[in-house]
Order: sequence, then structure tokens, then C-alpha cells
Amino acid sequence: MSQGTDKTVAPRQLPGDLETNRRLDRWLRINRNGTVTVFPGKVEIGQGILTALAQIVAEDLDVAFERIRLAPTDTSYSPDEGITSGSRSVQEGGTALRHAAAEARQLLLDRAAAKLGVSLEQLTVADGVITARAGGSVTYWDLASDDLLAREASGDVPPKAAAQHMIVGAPVPRRDIPGKIRGTPSFVHDIELPGMLHGRVARPPSYGARLVALDEGEVQAMPGVMAVVRDGRFVGVITEREDQALRALNRIRRIARWEERATLPDTLDPRFLLKESSTEEVISEKHDEKAATRAERRVESEYTRPYIAHASLGPSCAIASVEGDRYRVWTHSQGVYPLRKDLARMLRVDEGNITVIHVEGAGCYGHNGADDVAFDAVLLARAVPGRPVRVQWMREDEFAWEPYGPAMVVRLNAQLDGSGHVVSWSHDVWSNGHTNRTNSRSATANSALLAARHLAQAVSEPTPTNPPLPAGGAHRNAIPLYEFPNQRVVNHYVERAPVRVSALRSLGAHANVFAIESFMDELAQAAGADPVEFRLRHLKDARGRAVIETVAAKAGWRTAEKGNGSRGRGIAFARYKNLACYAAVIVQVEIAEEITVTRAWAAVEAGLAINPDGLVNQTEGGIIQATSWTLKEQVRYEPERILTRSWADYPILTFAEAPQVDVTVVNRTDQAPLGAGEAVQGPTAAAIANAVHNAIGVRLRDMPFTRERVLAALA
Amino acid sequence: MASTALNVNGQAHSVTADPETPLLYVLRNDLKLKSVRFGCGTGLCGACTVIVDGKAVQSCDVPLVAVAGKAVTTIEGLAMNGDLHPLQQAFIEEQAAQCGYCVSGIIMAAKALLDANPRAGDAEIRAALKGNLCRCGTHHRMLRAIRRVAEGGAK
Repeated sequence: MSQGTDKTVAPRQLPGDLETNRRLDRWLRINRNGTVTVFPGKVEIGQGILTALAQIVAEDLDVAFERIRLAPTDTSYSPDEGITSGSRSVQEGGTALRHAAAEARQLLLDRAAAKLGVSLEQLTVADGVITARAGGSVTYWDLASDDLLAREASGDVPPKAAAQHMIVGAPVPRRDIPGKIRGTPSFVHDIELPGMLHGRVARPPSYGARLVALDEGEVQAMPGVMAVVRDGRFVGVITEREDQALRALNRIRRIARWEERATLPDTLDPRFLLKESSTEEVISEKHDEKAATRAERRVESEYTRPYIAHASLGPSCAIASVEGDRYRVWTHSQGVYPLRKDLARMLRVDEGNITVIHVEGAGCYGHNGADDVAFDAVLLARAVPGRPVRVQWMREDEFAWEPYGPAMVVRLNAQLDGSGHVVSWSHDVWSNGHTNRTNSRSATANSALLAARHLAQAVSEPTPTNPPLPAGGAHRNAIPLYEFPNQRVVNHYVERAPVRVSALRSLGAHANVFAIESFMDELAQAAGADPVEFRLRHLKDARGRAVIETVAAKAGWRTAEKGNGSRGRGIAFARYKNLACYAAVIVQVEIAEEITVTRAWAAVEAGLAINPDGLVNQTEGGIIQATSWTLKEQVRYEPERILTRSWADYPILTFAEAPQVDVTVVNRTDQAPLGAGEAVQGPTAAAIANAVHNAIGVRLRDMPFTRERVLAALA
Repeated sequence: MASTALNVNGQAHSVTADPETPLLYVLRNDLKLKSVRFGCGTGLCGACTVIVDGKAVQSCDVPLVAVAGKAVTTIEGLAMNGDLHPLQQAFIEEQAAQCGYCVSGIIMAAKALLDANPRAGDAEIRAALKGNLCRCGTHHRMLRAIRRVAEGGAK
């Protein structure tokens, strides 16, 4: 068909992140030495993603897994895949790599056909060796040349069907684990560069503190001190040795005089959010007048979640060097390109002058201090041009300054008919926004980088916002997957964020699913129904039903099983973001005065499982971490300052308390792979609440479920 | 600055540093043993656990001077003639790590326990790890790996 007079043809939509990074050589390089280099734009944050991406390339390129090399994500050559978050790496980066690898394979086959003088149908491939049926063969490594992939992807070559998969779907050992077990330097924290110096930042004692006095000369005179940097209330020190930096930091803390002021809420109860001004958005509404007339009884409940810390085990760390107008930064940021943009804007330099290189950090579980410390390192490195500066946050920096997962309040209200069916359902959630990245569209200058607020020319913090639905932020998983004839779900967006907040693993899904699935048990009880049966009664989604039925069978769930006054079990279910992994969890608790989760079972379905053992590992970890959040965790503060500064202030689940976990993967090779790293956070919280009720007849609706709250509920 | 004699992973070293410097920084920066990781600086998380004269200690909380002349072992010193220690083997076989930041400290704490009590049971293992935190939630796999060695199941 003629294009008429149009000179431009809209570029076609390419799969995954190929859409935004369209050249094949941005993703892959076939090396003449028998290896394949993959250039992922998604980064390892302890979730095992690089192993899964290597599996994908090996599979669709038809080479052995061992041939795959992974290039560190680096703004000088890697594809720009934004932020690694939201369990989207397999969907976005994996999809791009599947198609890029399939297309590279096709290009190699085309070359082989020409070289061997046969048609494509005559060729087969095994581990990079292309063989013609009539004899003759050639390898990828012979055929490879620089121009092979120097072209835009066409998107025309379909990846393999799941039935043909040999490497994808197999439980492959993680590539990074042996090195970490041997003690090999593995993290950005472990890098040593020639001439490297050590920096520390003496943060204010609180968000609103003003630096009144500091004798910099006294610090400057200390052994090993190369420079003291002071800009507004940003104070840092650079030394030859790391231990000297600690001594200088302690000295600054002792002699600096600060003036503090109250900026934080006067209560730890998340219900303060209800009194803040908020904007309402109705995100789901269904009406069925006839069904509504069947209503016989109403149930209402309110649930809360406090501020929760990421509490990465390794405090954030970065290295920066400044030479002339060139900046280099080594970071465990979740997004090297967005960080580069933020740095360029704060430094007022061209992005092209900054190279940001990803190196692994400790598990982050969302937006922690990674980007902030990178900016700190740059600010200090500017004082010592030509010398790289390594900045490591102290534990108290991470606890007091990281952006926490926001506090939330959820109110649920439902009506049951005489046959025990829900005829109407309403869900109201109050929360700040759940992401706090620099907002480049805002009319006023802002920066997500912490030190931006401490410099003399301070730049304000962006207002936390929510990713749009269907994934959502505060309203993630607020819309129930169950079928209710009347339904109204409202997100009450609270704009003012007195406590620094941003994305924590699963965002609002933790509290929304906790509330929905606790409430489903409350309704089941009101209807005199078994919790498993009551869920199935309201759920049509076959994949959802399958994980509930699977976990119930694996755990040996007995209809209407009763706890014994100290031990009990509970179930909960969700489909993460209503569009990703399905997960159902059963937990067993034992209660003396403290609650202990002794066992947990989970069934997860993430479509085609790329690395089933990776999926199991993420699910086990998710259950244990969510158990910790739900039983123990709450950031504490008083109006002037954050009080959570050490592990003594913020206990997490210990080895003595960790449950035994049994995970069953429902592998649906006919379905697209789905993000699975965050699926069990909400279900675990609700399953614990339901198990506690099953055990001792007490309903806990405010997290964390501490000893004091159990005792208060029993009284 | 004073010079301190140290024995680390079977080798004698002399380190020039303030004697009050926490052992952690000497191991990481002077001896380049990067498996010993900073987590809290107050002995509450175990990421920096090493073995000193047979006992698991938090190296962030021990001054250099306190270990002069004592035998210090880090995870870099566990492999013998290139063969991994049974605990290292078991951790790899069980894929007992997520981010892996805590794992060297946990293996060292487990080694100190099993050296003293090779057949330690689950409760003893959990108790021996009371000073070690894992934030990714890999406890279950790590316990399985350690039990496997204690039960004699590792190669």
C-alpha cells in the first residue's frame, strides 16, 4: 500500500525496552572468542535478575549458559532502562533481550546460509555451531563481526516457544553466589581505586536542623584530614584513612552546634493522615441495585501500617571522582541514567560530562540512600580534584535519612447477604505518594537527592507521587480481585509528607492486601464460612483460584480448622498489582505473649518461570521479610527528630525467629513471565493476622503486631 | 602511628595504624580482606564477623590492639588448597544468599560454632547466629546449609 505523500512512517512498537533502545548492539555482542556479552540496563539488587537475563539470552541465541558475559550497567554504553523496580525487569529487560537474541540468531543464520551456500531450512544450531544438513558447519564466533548487530531491531523474529525451552525454566544456580561465598570483593563498598580517599558526611541531627556553629579549623587539624567541606548545613570530611574519617566525623558531631525545630507529626499513630488535607480519587466503582437490596448485615474495619524502613544491611556507599569537568560515579543506584540526570541538574553540568557506573550494593528493597550517597560523594570529590572519594553512610545515616515506606490507613466496609455473599464493598486508603523521585515536570525546582536540601542554595524535595494505575502506588492492589456486585474504591492522596518517604518493596500493596485479606476473614467469620471456601466463593479468576487451592492442599488445610488457644493458621491471597504474579500464603503462628511465625507455605504463579529456584528464593525472602515488617517494624520519631538510628531501635526478625518456608511454583509455561519479587508482602501480613485470630480469637488491625498490642488485645 | 603485629589467615602482618582502630577497617583497608563488611559499627548486625582465637567476634567492635598476637580468620582464609570449606560448599549448593552482603559474617559465625560443636542442632545453630542479621530473608536456606554440614551431609 502506498504511503502517499507522508515522508515519515511512525516507527513500529518494539517489544519491552527494545522500544526505547532500538539498536541490537546496544543489548548484545557476539565475540569472536566464543563468548556473548549482554548489556543489561536493569541492575542486580540482590534479586538474581542477572542470572535470569543470562538464561534468556542463552536460550534464544542457542548458546550454552556459560558463554554469557554480563557487562556492568554504565551510562557510557548500556541501554537506558530507567529504574530497576516494580518487579518489571523480566517483563521489560527480559522481553527486550529475548527478542534481540532471537533476532541476532536469525542474522547469524542468514550469514551462515550465504557462506555455506544452502537455504535456511537446511540449518540447525547447537551452542553457537550452525550445521547444514548436507554437511558443512560454521560457528557464531567465525561469523561475528562488528557490523553484525549494528542495526535497529525489526521485532520480526519471534522468540522460541516455551515448549522448546532448555535453559529458561531450569533452576540455574545464581552466577554471583560463589564469589560472594568465597569472599571476593563484590559490592561498590569493596572497590579500591588508586589514590582513593575516604569521606563521611556529618548530617544534621534532624530534618529541620540549622547549623549554628562549627570550628572547621579544629577538624582540619586532625590527623589525615585532607579537606572539610561545608556548604550551608552540608558538612563533610575527607581523609587518607577510613578510620580517620570516623574520628573526624565524631569530632564534628561533638563540636557542631545545631538548632532543631519540630517538623514531624506529634504521634506515631498513622491515623494522623486522616486529619491532613487530601484529594480523593474514586478508582473503581460498580453498581448493582438489585444485589444491594439483598444486604442483611454490615461489617466495618480500619487497618494501619506505620512508616517502615528499608534498612538495607549495608549502609549506602558510593565513589566519585572529579577531573576537570568530568565526573565519574560508582553507585548501587537502581537507575544509573535517572541518577545521572539528577546529578547533572544539581551540578549544573551537561549529562554527557558524567559517567555513572553500577556496582552491586546490599539488597535495597526499593528507594534507599543509594542515590543520596552518590551525590554526597560527588560533593566531597569536588574538593579534591583527581582523587576518587569513597563515601560510606553510617548505620545512623541510613536509618535516620532514608525515605521510608509511607504510613497508611485503610478503611473497609462491606455488606453480606443471607447466603454469605458480599453484595457491596468499599475501600478507602489514606497515604502519601509512594515514589519520591525528582519531578522534572514540576514548575518549581526540586531534587530527590538528600543533600540538595542541605546546601546553602537549597533545592526542595519533590512531593511524593503515585505511579498511575493499574500498577498504582498508595492504591496498588486497592481494587479487590474478588467479584463484588457493588464496589467503590477511593484513594485519599495526602500531599504533605512531613516524614521523608518513597518506594518500599510492594508499595501500597502491603497495607492494601493486609486490609483486604484480613477483612475477607472477618467477613468469612460473619458468614460462618471457611476462609478458603469464602475466598473461592467470590473469585472467578482461574489462576487465582489455582494458587489458593494449591497452597491449601500443600499445607493440608482442613475446612473450618480451629486454633487451640496458642497455635493457629491463616491464609491470604493476592495477584501483585492485579496484573503480575499470583500468590497465596498460609502461615502457622504460635503465641505466648509474642507472636512467632513457625511455618509458612506459599503457592506462586508467575507465568513462565525463567529461573524457578530464583522465584522460590525471592518468595521465601519476601515471606520472611514481610513477617519481620508485620510483627516488629516501625520507624519511631518525636516532633523534632527521627529516633530510629540503630538496630537496637529497629529490631528485625532474627535467626531464632525465622519460619520454615515451603514454596510451590505453579509453572504456566504457556503464559508470559510475570514480575514476582514483591508478590507475598501483602498476603504474608494478612495471613499472620488471620492466623493470630484463628489461634487466640483476637483481631489485630494495626501493624506491627508487638507484644504490647497482643496483650492489649487480650485484655 | 604505632605498628601492630597481626596473624591473619595464617600469615603474619605488621600494620601501621592507630591501635584503637576497629579491626574491621584494618582487615578491609590495610589487608584488603573485603569480605569483612561494615553493617553498623556497633556489633549489632554481624556483617563484619571474623574468628579470633576460635571465637566469632564482631570486628567493628574490637580495637586493633586487642587482637595483637592472636589468630584472626576471615572467609578468605577458609579454602584449603583451593577446596572450599564444607560450609561454603553447602551455601553454594543450597543457593543460600540473596544480596549476599551478610553471608560471609554468617558463615564465619557458623564455622566458630561447628568447630566447637560439630554436631550442633537447629536450636544451637539459631542461637549461635543471634548476632547476625539478614535483611533479604534468606534465613531458611542458610539454616538448611549449616544443618547439612552439622549432620555430615556435605562433601
